[in-house]
Amino acid sequence: MSVASQDTAIRTGRVMRTLIYLVLLLFTLFYMLPLYVMVVNSVKPLDEITGGGMMNLPQVFTLEPWAKAWSSAQIGVEPTGLSPYFWNSIKMVVPAVAISTVLGALNGYVLTKWRFRYDTIVFGLILFACFIPFQIVLIPMAKMLGLMGLAGTTWGLVLVHVVYGVGFTTLYFRNYYAVFPTELIRAAQIDGAGFFQIFWRILLPSSGPIAVVSIIWQFTNIWNDFLFGASFAGADSQPMTVALNNLVQASHGVKEYNVHFAGAILAALPTLLVYIVAGRYFVRGLMAGSVKG
Amino acid sequence: MALSANADFKTRLQAWLPKLVLSPSLAMVLVFVYGFILFSVYLSFTDSRLLPSFGWVGWENYSKLWRLSHWETSITNMGIFAALYIGICTVLGLGLAIFLDQKIRGEGFIRTIYLYPMALSFIVTGTAWKWFLDPGIGLENVMQSWGWTSFEFDWIKNRDFAIYTVVLAAVWQTSGFVMAMFLAGLRGIDNEILKAAQMDGASNWNLYRRIIIPQLRPAFLSAFVILSHLAIKTFDLVIALTGGGPGRATELPATFMYSYTFSRNQMGIGAASATIMLMTIAAIMIPYLYAELREKK
Repeated sequence: MSVASQDTAIRTGRVMRTLIYLVLLLFTLFYMLPLYVMVVNSVKPLDEITGGGMMNLPQVFTLEPWAKAWSSAQIGVEPTGLSPYFWNSIKMVVPAVAISTVLGALNGYVLTKWRFRYDTIVFGLILFACFIPFQIVLIPMAKMLGLMGLAGTTWGLVLVHVVYGVGFTTLYFRNYYAVFPTELIRAAQIDGAGFFQIFWRILLPSSGPIAVVSIIWQFTNIWNDFLFGASFAGADSQPMTVALNNLVQASHGVKEYNVHFAGAILAALPTLLVYIVAGRYFVRGLMAGSVKG
Repeated sequence: MALSANADFKTRLQAWLPKLVLSPSLAMVLVFVYGFILFSVYLSFTDSRLLPSFGWVGWENYSKLWRLSHWETSITNMGIFAALYIGICTVLGLGLAIFLDQKIRGEGFIRTIYLYPMALSFIVTGTAWKWFLDPGIGLENVMQSWGWTSFEFDWIKNRDFAIYTVVLAAVWQTSGFVMAMFLAGLRGIDNEILKAAQMDGASNWNLYRRIIIPQLRPAFLSAFVILSHLAIKTFDLVIALTGGGPGRATELPATFMYSYTFSRNQMGIGAASATIMLMTIAAIMIPYLYAELREKK
């Protein structure tokens, strides 16, 4: 991960070390507990859960809850399962991540290599936008999406996520390009390279790592968003998080906890997978968003 | 002649290009963020109900808001939630970071496990904890079926304690992240100073108290800013975990705003509550961002 592995000079005794390992183990169990609960209960029949066996391994192993959560559980009024909503999320996430990352890269390039008067103020304005409570924009956004004819559509959600994500992507690329040697840019300029040529030929080839950070951050945030999805999505553009919430909160019929758990894992799987495969970059994104470098 | 005019146009274009490239994002932010903020703040002074309306009513929405017991509950809950959430995450994050910094075997693996909740949606977190804490099927039921028949744990269904279950789930989600922030801070501390102090016979406790923890000030500040801003924005977790209930026991400003605006058709009051949320976050974020950006110049 992003933290440099230089260990402390502090030395600890044997008893203390045992204690430390014990505490660390205890918290490992604490952090694993909900995942364990979700996984084991998603593969057992309902009566094993209601009979007090939530913490037990399944006696009868079944993938029925997964199949039901994916393709036949009642979501709202339709027994469609979560699969259409999964695809809704994909259709929303992919363009939103791509557009906001490209914009962030261009903004970061301009703000570091083509500095102009008040550029820090412009960056400050863009950056503050990341931290506003989104409640303050919900009402006008709903009206605006209506005016633009995007109310209840996936493209409306893409627009919303691009607008409120571009601050973070700009932050990432700006901090990354800030330490890129400006002399190289000047040299290329003297050789007659233009604005976009310099970006394509010089900056972009070395932007791999920060692009990964930006893509992962945007993917995680947009996939996990609930507020915008709940506020602006129509019946056929609802994202996964909203559908999962509808599944779990449904007040009619028997509560199928095993199906709920399977659904929760389905909603968590894409971001969890990204975290497992590219955790290093995920942490870098988190840190850059907190310690503004 | 024509050639030089063309070249002139090209240089001028090159000079304008950077600003041109930046302008769509800037325009977007100016309209969708700052324009919308002004619009919402304006609405908070109007008689908007189901739809935006422009009849000016002055401070009426604000005075109504502060007389609502629903809002009072939300604010009280916010106080309890924010204090506990920020406090516990900070203490836990720092403690775990210090422990993990002691040349621990399998550190990378442990870090991965502490941090994965950060990758999950609050709806997923809320669902998992909702059923785990549910007295009917979760912890209480499990303990009783294991033979501890008098075991009771119904906080999530109890008006006086439900807010603490929100704290629990939120701490579970973010404390690993705070740990990572402190760990990065710890790794940046110069070992030479520590060794010198050790030679002078300083105990580990004193090393941490006098030298290490004071040097973590920037990490404390970042953690505080990030956690307080997350606390004020908390919405999905409450929706998934308790739905604001039982009754209104776990309502927060964000859920209040949502229900007043979209289900109770009191848009003016909803906008007023959103304005208060924004002001609170701005009071924390603006000085922080200002200081961060000025340092970088």
